[in-house]
Amino acid sequence: MKELLLIAVGSALVNNVVLSQFLGICPFLGVSKNVKTAAGMGGAVVFVITIASFVASVIYKFILVPTGFEYLQTIVFILVIAALVQFVEMFLKKSMPPLYNALGVYLPLITTNCAVLGVALTNVQKSYSVLESVVNGIAVAVGFLIAIVLMAGIREKTEHNDIPKAFQGTPIVLVTAGLMAIAFFGFSGLI
Amino acid sequence: MVNKYMERLYNGLIKENPTFVLMLGMCPTLAVTTSAINGVGMGLSTTVVLVLSNMLISMLRKIIPNSVRVPAFIVVVASFVTIVQFLMEGFVPSLYDSLGIYIPLIVVNCIILGRAESYASKNPVLLSIMDGIGMGLGFTVGLTAIGFVRELIGAGTVFGFHVMPNAYEPLTIFILAPGAFFVLAMLTALQNVFKNKAQAKQRAAAAAGCVSGAGCENCKSRETCGGKMVFSELVSDAKHDAKNGVQKDTKNEAEGGEVK
Repeated sequence: MKELLLIAVGSALVNNVVLSQFLGICPFLGVSKNVKTAAGMGGAVVFVITIASFVASVIYKFILVPTGFEYLQTIVFILVIAALVQFVEMFLKKSMPPLYNALGVYLPLITTNCAVLGVALTNVQKSYSVLESVVNGIAVAVGFLIAIVLMAGIREKTEHNDIPKAFQGTPIVLVTAGLMAIAFFGFSGLI
Repeated sequence: MVNKYMERLYNGLIKENPTFVLMLGMCPTLAVTTSAINGVGMGLSTTVVLVLSNMLISMLRKIIPNSVRVPAFIVVVASFVTIVQFLMEGFVPSLYDSLGIYIPLIVVNCIILGRAESYASKNPVLLSIMDGIGMGLGFTVGLTAIGFVRELIGAGTVFGFHVMPNAYEPLTIFILAPGAFFVLAMLTALQNVFKNKAQAKQRAAAAAGCVSGAGCENCKSRETCGGKMVFSELVSDAKHDAKNGVQKDTKNEAEGGEVK
């Protein structure tokens, strides 16, 4: 239990996926204009990463390792993720229309979110069990959710500020992200 | 003939530089540029994958059915990434360790899928290879430049050699995570400055009525306009070039279709 808690805190706050691992930068910069869409994107990422880290680790443990095909992990994982995203999209559309309406537009974008593949590969690298992989997956995704929602909140405020002309647009977002990364250093004493 | 190939190189290195102009592949750009040598290593391994995948996809472009092309591209890219990963693990283990998880993550680098989709799947093999080399080198230059700045300020070294005087206290923050954001912010801001200037000049020239270029000698507002005429000519030249580039691309597509 203690190990699981350590993994969760470590992945969500201390080694935040966006601010210290630099995974999933594209959606972090692209879909953080307002809090509502940012929360939608974050929710979709939590959903997909949780399922993906479970499926990927089951496939690795029970198919790739017994057959000796570990070296195919990158190819297998990316295909599993792409298929999974398609499947989740179809499933949600049929059975949970309200959730699909909330997350729908973000789902196709997630295949190219390197955080998903990144989590699957880290789980293998650190030889986590299936349960640890799922916990790690959820924690990483929650870290992404926290970062993107905070960023959207700040961006909503800075929009009305008097920003030097050269820094308008992407540069000021990057500076904000840098300051947030410094702030997240504060968590490093936690574990 | 040669020009067509050189144009691809120029396009990747400068006109559509993936790091500074297209802003693609931001994750590795921020993550591995803690030193110049890491930037070079990441850039070159991405280049190798990009050239090989462009080559194979261009060879297979008439065989892969349109409806399954994206999964097919992903499999091709992932195979090459796996090969490169094992080669690096075997021959440059220290670089492999410092790049870590970002090597398998080359698979999801949007530059590679982007080039496969927008160029290699529509153009002949040699041109696609040149396109891969150009784009890959452009990416390498971008990463090396960022890594150079971060290493110089953050550690006082360049490619591992001490260059700053001993009295210099390195600003360690620049090789930590926030430094990556700050350096990239500065670079994009610098780019904005140039863009804004170019736009302002263009507007000023247009307001002074100098855009047509001809008869500037007799122009009433020559003082406000000054040498801007040269600039407007440059702009129209650039526009012309861009148009030609587009035409070239469509021509290539047409050629591909005929062969089919």
